[in-house]
Amino acid sequence: MAEQTASPAVVAAPAARSSFNFAPLVVWPLVAVAVALPFISNAGGGLISNFSFLQLSLVIVYSIAVLGLNLLTGFNGQISLGHGAFFAVGAYVAAILIKHFDIPYWSVLPVAALACFVVGYLFGLPALRLEGHYLALATFALAIAVPQFLKYRHFEAWTFGVQGITLRRVRGPEWTGLNTDQWLYLVVLLIAVLMFWLARNLINSRAGRAMMAIRDHHMAADTMGIDTARTKAITFGISALYTGLAGALHAIIFKFVSPDSFPFPLSISFLVGGVVGGIASLPGAVIGGAFVQVIEKYADALTKTISQMVHLPIELQPWTIYGIVLIILIYVMPSGIAGGIASLWARLRGR
Amino acid sequence: MTKTTRRSVIIGGSTLAAGQVIGMPAIAQAKKYDVGATDTEIKIGNTNPYSGNASSYGNIGRTLDAVFKMVNDQGGIGGRKINFVTYDDGYSPPKTVEMVRKLVEVDKVLLLFQTLGTPPNTAIHKYMNDEKVPHLFVATGASKWGQPKKFPWTMGWQPDYATEGAIYAKHILATKPGAKIAVLMQNDDYGRDYYNGFLAGLTKANEKMIVSRATYEVTDPTVDSQMIQLKNSGADVFFNITIPKFATQAIKKAHELGWKPVHYLNNVSSSFSTTMRPAGIEACQGIILALYRKDVADAQFADAADVKAFRAFMAKYMTASDYKDDLHNYGYSVAHTLIEVLKKCGNELTRENVMRQAANLKGFEAPLLLPGIKINTSPTDFYPIQAVRLARVKGEGFELFGDVLASEST
Repeated sequence: MAEQTASPAVVAAPAARSSFNFAPLVVWPLVAVAVALPFISNAGGGLISNFSFLQLSLVIVYSIAVLGLNLLTGFNGQISLGHGAFFAVGAYVAAILIKHFDIPYWSVLPVAALACFVVGYLFGLPALRLEGHYLALATFALAIAVPQFLKYRHFEAWTFGVQGITLRRVRGPEWTGLNTDQWLYLVVLLIAVLMFWLARNLINSRAGRAMMAIRDHHMAADTMGIDTARTKAITFGISALYTGLAGALHAIIFKFVSPDSFPFPLSISFLVGGVVGGIASLPGAVIGGAFVQVIEKYADALTKTISQMVHLPIELQPWTIYGIVLIILIYVMPSGIAGGIASLWARLRGR
Repeated sequence: MTKTTRRSVIIGGSTLAAGQVIGMPAIAQAKKYDVGATDTEIKIGNTNPYSGNASSYGNIGRTLDAVFKMVNDQGGIGGRKINFVTYDDGYSPPKTVEMVRKLVEVDKVLLLFQTLGTPPNTAIHKYMNDEKVPHLFVATGASKWGQPKKFPWTMGWQPDYATEGAIYAKHILATKPGAKIAVLMQNDDYGRDYYNGFLAGLTKANEKMIVSRATYEVTDPTVDSQMIQLKNSGADVFFNITIPKFATQAIKKAHELGWKPVHYLNNVSSSFSTTMRPAGIEACQGIILALYRKDVADAQFADAADVKAFRAFMAKYMTASDYKDDLHNYGYSVAHTLIEVLKKCGNELTRENVMRQAANLKGFEAPLLLPGIKINTSPTDFYPIQAVRLARVKGEGFELFGDVLASEST
């Protein structure tokens, strides 16, 4: 397992280092444009539709979720097939607090994040004994179990069972002049900037180096005096925190949660998003989030559009394009899109 | 949010003059459109699970698409072609929300039709009513789709579960007054809807007729132990509120145990191919259930005009599919209900008028409905089909008995 997880690190390392100079020149201006986007749109008389803002918000939400998985799998070498479970827990904590206690949406976010940290940490403790495939299976079980728990009849007073919880619409403050979709986009964006900034600092810190040392060589890290058990459990907690926070934002955007909202394929889509974007890379998480939203959600619509465009005589299955894109990406860019771009850039500069 | 743009088109002078000559008010000649309708097209949105666990229901979406193709081949509705836009939502509510917002805000459909499943429809219920876009004939039997005061833009279609439950209860009271009733139900909204309707039908005084009630979770592997428990209660009537997988198990187990109560089975599991045959035809004999559509394989309806038309449609537009699959039957019938509404809209294809016409169906006999069952709606009645007929399983088919039963319990 150690050899397998070590390989993405080698590729992603230049990306991480190059992001050092990359940040002030590219990232911050991009963030500034993104923040200004709803205001520019309104000034131009609605250049960008509300639906597009919804799409952008979802790209950002999935980016945060994929980032959570990246921290665990990419930077710490633990595999999870169950991050949809933390996403669901975050969403439900937020929804229950808003519904039953009438707490404003922004103040439930830290609570949901913290709750997921605790759940993730506790799950991480017994999972310490599990490595590689076994951990993958344990997390797989978690993803299967959580939606069932949400339907459990003795929790029904809180979760409303299969019926789910419907929330009120969030409204932006009057002075901003933004509508619901634009306001939520802004909220999600600013939270994402904060979370990515924190993740970057974490990775570049002592704790982050410990995480990566465990991934690259567990025994060596142990020998060097790193408390591997504690680091791994805390990493699990932080990872769950990120994904859970994304889940809470998702619940607020859609104003609805139900057990059917978090099927097992959601967990897989985070993993696929992470791998496609670049599993040990921060920009990779954004690319992964975009992949989940654009390629995966619209797999069916894309397949239909393309088969109509070229007048295919046969009916394609809804997920055809998704499968094709995935196979091509993994062949062409085995270290994810972020890694692929980084190595391409390195080659261009080398010449 | 987006406002619906409305434009009125007055047809050119000659038509207008003709209208005046025969004394019709000029207004009748006016064409009025909301987004999604033009002189040549009516755009209709839909979501269906084409992938995921519930993907077998995707057959409904495919049937709807094929019916509209047939209508277009025959010249469309009032010369307008139907543009049916259907997306996969995988039965996942957030994905339904997103796809429905795409349909309403980007594709700009006139109305939403037959979105499938209770959780997905719950997730978009408020949105559709906030946006004032018709949310017609949803594909779920929950009771909450008929609330014209609170949700004037949403309407169900099939008999709702509570109505059906009440009909069984009334039948038991009429035929077996001293019955001891056992109930097996799925522990969720669907099960509760049926059960509450059943209780309402029994009325408070007779509630103690229920001597035993067992529940199961949709994730349980079997209902064997529940069946043993129910049999041991000594009940002589059994109301079976289960989806096909568990209905099959329950029927089989009752047969194995030698338990022979009067067996009422919910319409959800009325399919021979998914329930009766796997359970064994012999074990199913005598089971009573409520039907509202014709079984197209039933010899007694072989010569009915609508069954013939349906089979011709299946043979031409859905060659690869089994015409006996009940979902095709369902899709065909509900699609024709929408076509009727659109025909009645005439040249006034506004969202408001679509709802007005949908809430003004009087005695409409949609194809494949059982003889005597008609669709009736009004501004205060948003439950299109509220009548059923009881039938007994006999051999490899159903034997209808009794009159059309209606219940206004909801």
